[in-house]
Amino acid sequence: MIAYIIRRILYAIPILIGVNILTFLLFFVVNSPDDMARMFLGQKHVTEEQIEDWKSERGYHQPLFYNAEEEGVEKLTQTIFYTKSVRLFVFDFGRSDSGRDISFDISQRMWPSLAIAVPQLIVGLLVTISLALLIAFFRGTYIDYWAVVICVALMSISSLFYIIGGQFVMGKVLRVVPISGFEDGVFGIKFLILPVLIGIIGGIGSSTRWYRTIFLEEINKDYVRTARAKGISEQMVLFKHVLRNAMIPILTGVVVILPLLFMGSLITESFFGIPGLGSYTIDAINRQDFSIVRSMVFLGAVLYIIGLLLTDISYTLVDPRVRLN
Amino acid sequence: MMFGKPVFLITDVLIFFLVFVIILFFAYAMRKPHLRKPWRQVVRSKAGVISIMVLMLYVCIGILDSMHFNPKVENSSKDGDIQYSGEIQSVFDLIVSDIRNSTEKTYSAPFAAYLFAKETVQLEDGTKIREHPRLTWGGAHLANPELEKGADILRLAITGLVKALVVWLVLMTLLCLLLSVRAKKSFFAVTKNIAKGASDIPWRTIAVTLAVLLAVILVGAEWAAKYHVLGTDKVGEDVLYQALKSIRTGVVIGTLTTLLMLPFAITLGIMAGYFRGWVDDVIQYLYTTLNSIPGVLLIAAAVLMLNVYMGKHAEDFASLTERADMRLLFLCLILGLTSWTGLCRLLRAETLKLREVDFVQAASAFGVGPTQTIFRHIMPNMMHIVLITIVLDFSGLVLAEAVLSYINIGVDPTMNSWGNMINSARLEMAREPVVWWSLAASLFFMFTMVLFANLFADVVRDALDPRIAKS
Repeated sequence: MIAYIIRRILYAIPILIGVNILTFLLFFVVNSPDDMARMFLGQKHVTEEQIEDWKSERGYHQPLFYNAEEEGVEKLTQTIFYTKSVRLFVFDFGRSDSGRDISFDISQRMWPSLAIAVPQLIVGLLVTISLALLIAFFRGTYIDYWAVVICVALMSISSLFYIIGGQFVMGKVLRVVPISGFEDGVFGIKFLILPVLIGIIGGIGSSTRWYRTIFLEEINKDYVRTARAKGISEQMVLFKHVLRNAMIPILTGVVVILPLLFMGSLITESFFGIPGLGSYTIDAINRQDFSIVRSMVFLGAVLYIIGLLLTDISYTLVDPRVRLN
Repeated sequence: MMFGKPVFLITDVLIFFLVFVIILFFAYAMRKPHLRKPWRQVVRSKAGVISIMVLMLYVCIGILDSMHFNPKVENSSKDGDIQYSGEIQSVFDLIVSDIRNSTEKTYSAPFAAYLFAKETVQLEDGTKIREHPRLTWGGAHLANPELEKGADILRLAITGLVKALVVWLVLMTLLCLLLSVRAKKSFFAVTKNIAKGASDIPWRTIAVTLAVLLAVILVGAEWAAKYHVLGTDKVGEDVLYQALKSIRTGVVIGTLTTLLMLPFAITLGIMAGYFRGWVDDVIQYLYTTLNSIPGVLLIAAAVLMLNVYMGKHAEDFASLTERADMRLLFLCLILGLTSWTGLCRLLRAETLKLREVDFVQAASAFGVGPTQTIFRHIMPNMMHIVLITIVLDFSGLVLAEAVLSYINIGVDPTMNSWGNMINSARLEMAREPVVWWSLAASLFFMFTMVLFANLFADVVRDALDPRIAKS
């Protein structure tokens, strides 16, 4: 098992190197730091000195790959590639274009993101699995048919509508919860209810339909027929046999996204004014802060790879048929 | 040229190319029984025909809106030569030129005859009062809007309905005649069959859908000729016009993204599965790497870089429309870059399976080279996967456009799109009373297109997927 995990981790390294080179190409080669400086300072009436100042403040004044002016190893380390890209591997994100420490910001902002994402995931799973099981119980009837149609309709509504509609109805008309904002501690819960609720409702359509398909696939298998033939009641069959086996694909599907929960949701967080990583990224995009976007791209890739790793491990844990090789 | 000089934007060319390919494909598929069979199943399901008809309506508007031209400048033919304005219009603009040119000062509610906001108006005797001024276009034909408006709207609706009924009756008669000639039965027998819903292809469903669509279009047209049916936005532009113009953006993003990524996904997927070994390793590495970057972030990074690039090369674009079009194309490319990996993986797995199948083995035993084997035996056998992906991705891409435009990494802000409409309208929800129509219109238009695209995708998948077809 440990050898397997180590092998998987080693396999992740070239992928991270690939991500790193890709982001480097995208941010520094497609457009030179000069272009970025011009963009940031405004297109016209920019002097060469201003551009040089802007670049040296942020460490963009060095050459891309090879610094001929330095001695020894510094020829390679005093370059944009080393300071901006290679340092990402030790999670040294450096400073944002506006001068703040990115690592510190991330460590501060991941908690609000988690406060939204974790309850949303857990409650959402419970709701959608129960609904899907209920639909699977009524399979082949009109209830099943219309439930699927409703799921498709729910899927077709833009997530923006759920958020805007939810804020309007709950926050403005009914005035049950505040429209947006965030607060630490127990009193912060009132700010969390609406985003969590909207996140769950927004996901009901697609997840329920997807889980229903998984359940139905399982229901048609031979062991379920055997169980029924033995005279076990339908409820027993569903809960004892179908649910347990269907949980394998459902849970492994969830494991992939677990690490990404840290990143938060871009849209939800910016609509509700939650100071998480999602709104951090959005702000960076709107302010054209390239350092932050670059860091978040790398962080996202690392988390995704961890998710894949966890998925593989969880497969081997829950499904004894999977062999490690 | 009647209206002006035609202009071909890049996305226009690609859209027409796509239409051409689709027509070619169906012309080819209709002659092969094994390809015809799944599509027969599609047109025999009720959900299938309804969604095809609604989507056709959207696509037709999108295509009309893709025929661009520089309009002729009026009174310009002094010495015989015609001058063209630099502005780019589309044939669709020409059709709806009434509501296109009917701008007001600022917000007005749907069917309103008065402006939404109060303004200070000077009366003839010099006194100033604050009131809602009359609109310059919406309901301008009414002498006394308070009393006449309801009756007028009803009258227009009835006119529209009557027109719709006439058109519908003509179309249905033609259809029944055609069917009766083809089936060699009497006209009345065919009509009765359709009315009972006993036909093979659900003609009755088609008839009802057609009636509903005709009624909506013609009543809408009657209303739109006199009122702002969905109100006007902040700068007084008609919301219905914006929502209709946004259709093209949605259709372009939903179709071109997949079209642009298909060559990569198909080539790489088949190569990985067919050649295996190091080719497979390299291709797998490529898509795992791309896939491991969260899609939104990759798009955000790429669009940020695109902004910088476009800022640097601003002089390369002749007009704002061309610039926006270029950006739309890039957005499609970037979205394609993040979405080709899924299809590539599917195709790789399918090729791995297919290359071991007897007929492929036999082909290589006869000495058929890899290129020929791939083109003759492998590609045709996975077209169903490609087709299913095209229709399944469509709705997701349309929804993604709205979200991306909201966070300013979507289409150009000057371009009409549902995302941009939502983005500019969401702050208006805080007004008292609420300005809801812009938001409602964009969400409704987007919802109908995505809903029917989803239904259509389900039907197509059921028909094409061999695993489902067997069970």
